[in-house]
Amino acid sequence: MPKTKIYLDNNATTPLHPRVRKKMINTMDVFGNPSSLHQFGREARSLIQNARRDIADFINADPDEIIFAGSGSEANNTVLSMLTCPSKPCTIRSEQKPHVITTEIEHPCILETASCINQTAEVDYLGVDELGKIDLKELKRKLKNNTILVSVMMANNEIGTIQEIKKITEIVKQHGSLMHTDAVQAVGKLPADVKDLDVDYLSMSAHKIYGPKGIGALYIKNGAPFCPFIRGGHQEKGRRAGTENTMGIIGFGEAIRLRKEEMLSEEKRLKKLRQKLKTGLENNIKKIKFIGDQEDTLPNTLNVAFYGVEGESILLYLDNAGIAVSTGSACSSGSTKPSHVISATGLEQEYIHGSIRISMGRNTTEEDIDYTIETFTKVIQKLRSFTTFNNETEK
Amino acid sequence: MDTPKWVYSEQVKEHFMDPHNVLEGKPDDFDHDGKGIAGSMQCGDEMLFLIKVDKAQEIITDCRWKTFGCASAIASASKLSDMVKGMQLEEAYQINANDIIVELGGLPDKKVHCSVLGDKALRAAIKNYYQRIGEPEKIPEDYNRLICECKNVTEKDIEDVVLDNIRDFRKLQEETGLGTVCGQCIDEAKQIMQDYIGHYFESRKQKD
Repeated sequence: MPKTKIYLDNNATTPLHPRVRKKMINTMDVFGNPSSLHQFGREARSLIQNARRDIADFINADPDEIIFAGSGSEANNTVLSMLTCPSKPCTIRSEQKPHVITTEIEHPCILETASCINQTAEVDYLGVDELGKIDLKELKRKLKNNTILVSVMMANNEIGTIQEIKKITEIVKQHGSLMHTDAVQAVGKLPADVKDLDVDYLSMSAHKIYGPKGIGALYIKNGAPFCPFIRGGHQEKGRRAGTENTMGIIGFGEAIRLRKEEMLSEEKRLKKLRQKLKTGLENNIKKIKFIGDQEDTLPNTLNVAFYGVEGESILLYLDNAGIAVSTGSACSSGSTKPSHVISATGLEQEYIHGSIRISMGRNTTEEDIDYTIETFTKVIQKLRSFTTFNNETEK
Repeated sequence: MDTPKWVYSEQVKEHFMDPHNVLEGKPDDFDHDGKGIAGSMQCGDEMLFLIKVDKAQEIITDCRWKTFGCASAIASASKLSDMVKGMQLEEAYQINANDIIVELGGLPDKKVHCSVLGDKALRAAIKNYYQRIGEPEKIPEDYNRLICECKNVTEKDIEDVVLDNIRDFRKLQEETGLGTVCGQCIDEAKQIMQDYIGHYFESRKQKD
């Protein structure tokens, strides 16, 4: 194993914040079932309510508008699956076959659920431009009488592009449809105010913001239709059955509370590091492209594609040098198709298989970035020395 | 707690980190008698293979390669280039991905298709050699037998589908259209598919 350990894959997951860790350890013996009326239950319940309040505070919601879920993916599944609830009294059931609009660059937990519900609902996908942004005019065109829900992610996990959720929601609400945003990558890296955004549903996750894995949350606006995804219990006011993951919830609450304290100063620092990294790579390496919107972007995310080199090779050479990143290349996933997000931006084939996502975090230092630029320069030079992509094959 | 040192076998790592017989510069910088290309950029991998041949003995004396590919493709090409030096053309022509994978200490199933480029490019180079010396009749016969006449699917096509890690016959039909018209070839195609699955995936597992 290399001695160097530089973790630049914070969009995949983040390490626990030391204070989150401490809080979780301090409360890990709180074992009571939060539903129990006795002191053991009450103790757990009160800790959960505190966490719920911290999360609600962060997004300017009412604590009652937050339910916990097993992950961000579960929160997303919950929203889309409401449309196919077989129960008659279910409030979201419409007379017509429901129509849903989402985008081509959503996380697979939205896209796969969308393709599953395709039997009972009609699904339309919005494309994106080369920066990864949806076209509001296309959204307007695609809204129909029976459009019941629009789901657009707030910030993209692969390329960092931020969508104009407020403007999108305005259009959707004007039309009388419901609005969901997958904010798993956004909340805690960016501020999000549900009152200002006016969305009906918003999904979040703890492990992207230095909290524990296995815990997510869903904001459900007061009065918005809802139907549980996991049934059979009165927990979360009947909106999500199953005994609560007390320790996960406590960790989530602490993580988001700390984000409120640290996020803004960190955003400034990360923006500088991102610029440094971008300039460094640009200066040292020819034929590279930066993918996604370079202005409206997550401050920690830089997605870069290298002409004529394959992503998995880059990733493994970097790993060997102690740097952890991720790639959208086909080979990394074992499929023959490259990332659906990068493909949706229309990037050229010569670049598309060589895309690397660098996602920094609160532990990333300036020295890390210096070393990363230096290592990338060597790795790309070496890999390009044995690539066929210098027109040899055309002669 | 031990972190696994590497995602593939140690042999793959050695060849990937320090590949053998890489072509430096352009094809003309290496004095060669046959040149083959396989793969396509659309699939995210491409391979160039150059061979130098002792004409009297029909032996590959030297070779070079370049690839646009992942770790498995690079390691496979490197391993193959070691294997073929000093080999009779006829024998080299028979090398397939499985031979290379065994030499590399195995590859995950989903990466098997990345390793077939090397031997494909090598076969193309050998063909190219025979064409150059004006003896195309010496090119060994391919196993490119037509299986489904209605949809024009060959044995080779079935092999390619299996190498994409597809094991389900219905999936094979979806991919190729095989047996969807008259259906006469279905039994034979099922057998061929099973044979390739056994050849590429199952036989090796038993050896492990």
